Amino acid sequence: MSAGVLPYTVEPHPVTGLYSGKLGTWLFLASEVMLFGGLFSAYILLRVGAPEGTWPTHEEAHLSWKIGGFNTLLLIISSVTMVMAWANLKMNNFPKARMYLIVTVILASLFLTLKISLEYYPHWHDGLKPSTNVFFGLYYTLTALHGLHIFGGIVVMLYFIGPGAGLWKTNPEYYTNRIECTGLYWHFVDLVWIFLFPILYLMN
Amino acid sequence: MSLKAFHILFVAVCVLFSLGFAYWAITEYRTTHESALLVCGIFSLASGAGMIVYGRWFLHKLRGVSYL
Repeated sequence: MSAGVLPYTVEPHPVTGLYSGKLGTWLFLASEVMLFGGLFSAYILLRVGAPEGTWPTHEEAHLSWKIGGFNTLLLIISSVTMVMAWANLKMNNFPKARMYLIVTVILASLFLTLKISLEYYPHWHDGLKPSTNVFFGLYYTLTALHGLHIFGGIVVMLYFIGPGAGLWKTNPEYYTNRIECTGLYWHFVDLVWIFLFPILYLMN
Repeated sequence: MSLKAFHILFVAVCVLFSLGFAYWAITEYRTTHESALLVCGIFSLASGAGMIVYGRWFLHKLRGVSYL
């Protein structure tokens, strides 16, 4: 191993059995679990402890299960397309993998567009801001933090579709591993939404 | 855990979510009689079944890939 070259980017580390990128991704996801776990706990404790009649109903909160449900469907499909991108790289089919990555980016962008245009904008227009009440404080914190994660995922995927794609020509295994790490992150972000959706949109 | 293993976990969570959502939608339909709820409930049940089929297909497709 020469100086300045990252070790174990392709072959697994003899101790952990994982390549460095995957180990790093899982450590990062562990910290994310604590971040979202804390916010979920805060929401549940405040919801349970709220005096009767003070917590807004879905109608009062202007939250539509139809929009939330459709967005959930978009994210579930995006996880499938993400894993298909990785599976195609494993089978040395780069053009198809790239196509699946593009579809994932489109689905993620659609999620954010719908979230902002059909929920955030009307809410803000109706004066429902984070300072309105505890519910909206938590709603904006949870969904905006999740939205930022979606945006971050889009940026990373766009990099691998565009300038980062050159790595496939020089080191395809390394590129495949990077897509796997992106996929792990993307699945985590989608799992967070699968827990967020029922808590915010379905439980009254 | 590889993306393969995480995806299988994801599919399992999605199946549970689909069943839960279908239960919610059909329960709400009984009180509100909103047809969209019934449609979504049935669609969600079908999606749950579809995800099980997909999960099996996915496992077969990536049988040579490690879970680690």
